[in-house]
Amino acid sequence: MDNSFLPYYLLTSALLFSIGLALVVVKRNIIVVLMGIELMLNAVNVNLVAFSKNDPSLQGQIFSLFVIVVAACEAVIALAIVLKVYEHFKTVNLDEINELKK
Amino acid sequence: MIQFVFIAFMVLTLASALVVLLTKNVLYAAFSLLGTFLGVSALYVLAGADFLAVAQILVYVGGVLVLLIFGVMLTNQQGNKSRGRNDITTESSNRVLGVFVMLGFSATLLYTFGRARFLTIQDSLFEALEPTSTTQTIGVELMTNYVLPFEVSGILLMAVLIGAAYLSTKTKN
Repeated sequence: MDNSFLPYYLLTSALLFSIGLALVVVKRNIIVVLMGIELMLNAVNVNLVAFSKNDPSLQGQIFSLFVIVVAACEAVIALAIVLKVYEHFKTVNLDEINELKK
Repeated sequence: MIQFVFIAFMVLTLASALVVLLTKNVLYAAFSLLGTFLGVSALYVLAGADFLAVAQILVYVGGVLVLLIFGVMLTNQQGNKSRGRNDITTESSNRVLGVFVMLGFSATLLYTFGRARFLTIQDSLFEALEPTSTTQTIGVELMTNYVLPFEVSGILLMAVLIGAAYLSTKTKN
């Protein structure tokens, strides 16, 4: 199979990364910001997989497998911190959480 | 035929990502993230990465998305409606700035991808391959060339397990 879809993969991942970046910048609910980070990591994975097509040693796919592992770890720790923050501040609004210690 | 399937999944991915961006409800955003993850895993399948597509569904849809929905439900605020303002997006001035950043970034990325001619580079790098199952290759590579990152990610997962359990315990006042 040739790799004629590569430009479309790049287009998809560029738009996905931009949407994730916009989510991180625009939203002020912590959970939605986390969704934006997941979208950005997914966009990077799409690029890695698209470039490693037809590669017999599958380096890109293995690298994106490790990216998936680290993304899952990040989501777990971030959710634990969000629950802690909610317990302490009684809000998940990022504009109101601006003090380290209250 | 395969072009239509590809375009359909690409549109599914981007449309549900846009819904995540545009919706004002956190739970709707979480549910439409499901469409994005499924579309991305279908794109993996079309790129010949079958193992990675299944891993994507298992980890993201089965794990991360459920965690996010639990997070949405555990941090539910009743004050959202009574205060009469939308708590999800920032004030309009910052929002305009954020969209401006997004548009500039995507324009830069698209310009770079358009100019770089990755397709000819990649075609000269690899021979066209018949699509086969990648599971065996990934398993063999993980146990030979990539055994150190594999073990390190195991240690990372254990540290995350302990850290999450420690963080989510109740603090004594």
